[in-house]
Amino acid sequence: MSGQPVVEMRGVTKRFGQNEVLRGIDLTVNRSDVVCLIGPSGSGKSTLLRCINFLESYDGGEVRIDGRLIGYRDEATRRPMPGRDLQAMRESIGMVFQQFNLWPHMTALDNVAEALIRVRGLPRATAADRARAMLAREGLTDKEAAYPARLSGGQQQRVAIARSLAMEPKLMLFDEPTSALDPELVGEVLQVMRGLAAEGMTMIVVTHEMGFAARVATRVAFLDQGRIAAEGTPRAVLHDSEEPRVRQFLQTYHERNDF
Amino acid sequence: MDFSVYLHYWPKLLSGFGNTLFCWATGALLGIALGFALALLRRTGFAPLLWLLRGVIEVVRGTPFLIQLYLLYDGGPAIGLKLGAMQAGILALGIYGSAYFTEIFRAGFAAVPRGQVEAAESLGFSRLDILRRVRLPAMLIAIVPALTNMIIILSKETVVLSVIAVPELMYQMQSMAAETFAALETIIAMAVLYWLMVEAAARLGRAAELRVTAYLRVA
Repeated sequence: MSGQPVVEMRGVTKRFGQNEVLRGIDLTVNRSDVVCLIGPSGSGKSTLLRCINFLESYDGGEVRIDGRLIGYRDEATRRPMPGRDLQAMRESIGMVFQQFNLWPHMTALDNVAEALIRVRGLPRATAADRARAMLAREGLTDKEAAYPARLSGGQQQRVAIARSLAMEPKLMLFDEPTSALDPELVGEVLQVMRGLAAEGMTMIVVTHEMGFAARVATRVAFLDQGRIAAEGTPRAVLHDSEEPRVRQFLQTYHERNDF
Repeated sequence: MDFSVYLHYWPKLLSGFGNTLFCWATGALLGIALGFALALLRRTGFAPLLWLLRGVIEVVRGTPFLIQLYLLYDGGPAIGLKLGAMQAGILALGIYGSAYFTEIFRAGFAAVPRGQVEAAESLGFSRLDILRRVRLPAMLIAIVPALTNMIIILSKETVVLSVIAVPELMYQMQSMAAETFAALETIIAMAVLYWLMVEAAARLGRAAELRVTAYLRVA
């Protein structure tokens, strides 16, 4: 299915009560794109990301993964899609969270192996082998038996990334993956993500790491009040944008890093 | 004081104690199972069902166990529910306990960190697997102390079963007291046996608590 976009969002709207969080999002993500979503807090970045794997339902418009509508049976009636279909679609969409969300009662190895056993139906030993290989890739072999409570934030996030990658997703969603980390731990996580991008993984990243967006993204989208206010190459958005809201937003970064 | 009465009555004491343990354990298990089932039903969010369940729970929690027991045992036959004394006693304990256990489970479900569930959802877990592998282990940490507590409370409600002549410890001891007039000796024996039982349950509860939170301590 070459040429088919991996993610296609058209006119997506979402409200929480009176609050319109997304006001008509159009976004297309092609294979091996790395799209960074930036913007002020409350602009709808995380909500947009969470609509892509339907962790958040959307009210209007459509979200398609490999051409298939997610969350609803069809656009007309908007009846919810059967749980099993939604589960099947989610299997191929990895997600990494700000708070890691590892399961604290499982070791690092079990965290990675669990979905392979429950969702993929692999035998326990095969799943453990694959999980071991995934952790080894990230240099976490000595942490296999450790429970999350004993891992640093950076290590936890790398285990969480390994947990998603073990399912061999065609798309990875990152929701502020480094925002909960101490500054000295941010690097190790960004390095893993840079490696993934280099391997051609399709990625959508909500982030405040402008350096990462500038160097790794193929495209940057700036969100403001539920709309994409600017979109283009990192250079076009981060350096050359005439959009006053973008410039004002980026100004805060320049000021913060200016010491 | 004449402790020699025990020499004659120990078989009754023992069988009473055994029956108490049996009624307690099966009643508690039934209560936990029913309570969990009710908590799952309440999670469906179907409004008429919620009102019904809330009403039932309020009635069970709002009336004394003694009255519920009489209602079930004496009133049961009127609706075709003819139960032996012990069956009625265990069922009543289960129903009584379920109203409390279900509240404990409800609080437990609410205590599960949302992110842990979302992580499983994003990986394509089924709802059943999320329940078994994520929600239950996460909620156990929060609810084991409350569960232990309620199980201990139930152990003491078993004495009420003596009023419908379930041959449990209280019933046997009353007959011993009536036959021997050794009232004080009887009460001392009962207090010791119930205390032993509750102490054992409390220790089991503490062990369970340590076990479900073990992952927070191991290096």
